[in-house]
Amino acid sequence: MESRKARIVEIEPVTRVEGHGKVTVHLDEHNNVSEARLHIVEFRGFERFIRGRLLWEVPVIVQRLCGICPVSHHIAAAKAMDMIVGVDQLTPTAEKMRRLMHYGQIMQSNVLHFFHLSSPDLLFGFDAAAKKRNIFEVIKQFPDLAKQGVLMRKYGQEVILHTAGKKIHGTGAIPGGINKNLSIQERDALLIDVDMMISWAQNAIQVAKNYTLEHLPLVEHFANFKSSHMSLVREDGALDLYHGNLRAVDAAGNIIFDQIDYRDFNDYLMEEVRSWSYMKFPFIKSRGNVDGWYRVGPLARMNTVSFIDTPLANKEFEEFRSFGQGKPVSMTLAYHWSRMIEVLHCVEKIKELLHDPDLQGTDLRLKGERREEGIAVIEAPRGSLFHHYKVNEHDQVTYCNLIVSTTHNNTAMNRAVTDVAKKYLSGQKTITEKMLNHIEVAVRAYDPCLSCATHALGQMPLVVEVLDVEGKVVDRGSQYAELEKG
Amino acid sequence: MTKNSVAPDQDTLQFTVDGEVFSAKKGLSIMDACDAAGVYVPRLCDSDGLVPQGSCRVCSVKQNGRTVAACTQPLEDGAVIENESLEIKNYRRDLVRMLFHEGNHLCPICEASGRCELQAMAYRLGISQATKYPYLQPVRPVDASHPDIALDNNRCILCGRCIRASRDVDGKNVFEYVGRGIHKRIGVNADCLANTDASIDDYAMSLDVCPVGCIIRKGEGFFAPIGERQFDHGPIGSEIQHPDSRLIPVKQYDPREDS
Repeated sequence: MESRKARIVEIEPVTRVEGHGKVTVHLDEHNNVSEARLHIVEFRGFERFIRGRLLWEVPVIVQRLCGICPVSHHIAAAKAMDMIVGVDQLTPTAEKMRRLMHYGQIMQSNVLHFFHLSSPDLLFGFDAAAKKRNIFEVIKQFPDLAKQGVLMRKYGQEVILHTAGKKIHGTGAIPGGINKNLSIQERDALLIDVDMMISWAQNAIQVAKNYTLEHLPLVEHFANFKSSHMSLVREDGALDLYHGNLRAVDAAGNIIFDQIDYRDFNDYLMEEVRSWSYMKFPFIKSRGNVDGWYRVGPLARMNTVSFIDTPLANKEFEEFRSFGQGKPVSMTLAYHWSRMIEVLHCVEKIKELLHDPDLQGTDLRLKGERREEGIAVIEAPRGSLFHHYKVNEHDQVTYCNLIVSTTHNNTAMNRAVTDVAKKYLSGQKTITEKMLNHIEVAVRAYDPCLSCATHALGQMPLVVEVLDVEGKVVDRGSQYAELEKG
Repeated sequence: MTKNSVAPDQDTLQFTVDGEVFSAKKGLSIMDACDAAGVYVPRLCDSDGLVPQGSCRVCSVKQNGRTVAACTQPLEDGAVIENESLEIKNYRRDLVRMLFHEGNHLCPICEASGRCELQAMAYRLGISQATKYPYLQPVRPVDASHPDIALDNNRCILCGRCIRASRDVDGKNVFEYVGRGIHKRIGVNADCLANTDASIDDYAMSLDVCPVGCIIRKGEGFFAPIGERQFDHGPIGSEIQHPDSRLIPVKQYDPREDS
């Protein structure tokens, strides 16, 4: 690392994220970071091989993109297929069952991310020894907290089991409705622990919030950059994770667009392709490809919505907004706090739905006049998820475009990586694994699902590479190497 | 003492299956006699109400030491039947494995999952992972031309149940085998299904006929929730072995049994 030549550092694989990615850090001859990039190195091609398949198979096929948030793809595809089979409004039982499934999904995925993947960084520090930064060490040192995380995730998965038929890769949502209701026995089983889940969710918010407030100097300087934010919102501006219209706000909180029917998304958003990544770069058309990038996900949702329609989560939301003094919060690490507020919202919603007799209804599906195109947007755990299909008169898919949350956050993650690399790597003689973990912490905060983003098959790992001015790899780091050293 | 209720007389004959003694009416196939005795002989191409054709060979048993298809072979008096011997089980496993490798049987995304007899047979025989044969991964076009029915030949196991159902029950001859050897497949009696006289109400198009997900009733996929599908309640053959109980234990696959 004494070289006077410019070089590139590689972090490969990036760990504790879903999917396979790497980071390259470009250093000049003075060891200063000129640029850093998050590369997604997988490719899966779901959008291509779904063509020719029959429309009702799609919600079951595309959920195989991911094992963490299959329900999000399942529901988004089913919602797009609702449009194709001519159903604009589901029966109350069908919509509520889908919502219940969706809240269970967001709960379990957000909990998984916070407790299993990110909490080791927050609890032990970004530069703790690599072998300590994992859920097993959390279990050892914070057994009660770890237990709550594991059991909260389990609860979310139980909700999915009773609505989709399986905890992972179920079949509950079908075009035009749902294939089962919630039995009294299933309802009662879920009601047993729901109050405990609310109290644990409140506890999780405290952990995330306290981290943010107690480490404010760090949080304020760690990948904190201004950006626009986008999400679905309900007609009255409330947080709605299943259905609504698009709203985008700029860094100052001014509305860029609001209450846009998501079926018109192509009029407002575009995707750019760059040579070094399989992941596209979406942007807001009116702002252009340079300034039009935005963030989605829990932080963006807290910045776009006007309120949350469940009382406990809304109280936390108001505290979050007052922390931002009414303006959008731009700190990357505030994703964790936002994510936990959403967990509380989901559990409150689950409780509300469990007391709704519509869930025991028997009117499960509808059929209407066939259309050839279906577009759906939902708010998945990581942010807005777009599914767009065209189907021919024989019920076969002819076109598919999926814009997943991680893709929306592509530019933001690259900004975050660059910001952290400049702060922690620039001018350093030797680049250590602990420094590189700071970059991973920034990536991890977005909870990227790299498999979904490229529709590609993933085994975890992320890699950091250092390249010289000529683009040659001069150093390469991975957490595995550190772990191997012990 | 025989196990089933047919009283021994001149119209009955006695036989043993894996050492147990049974009696049955004369004139039955081995499979029908075993069914009546509550002994399940695995099968794929045979289906109630259709003439047996003995093509899948999954029902192979040994009668007096000779390997025969139980669905077509008449039961002999005093027959000694081997149904669950290691040799027969391994033979069946190989046959079923080859079916998986010959077609595209992607259970996780198939609407027949949970009611598919091929999948259920694999579970019953303890086949749960990739095996020694190469996957042929055919690319056969899906015929979705008919408004109510689609054909995905990638999932066909050539059992011929649709051919017999259409010919013998519906009187239509919509389906027939075409091609030979590895190229053999099910064809329709027109350039595409839409131009045949096939109807969604045909017996051939009912869920009882196609044992896999080849004949697709359009728009009905995944209507049955997980937990309420045919084989969610018990393995294939439960209804014959234990007509009063849907839950019977199935012996797990033991790789050491593989020859």
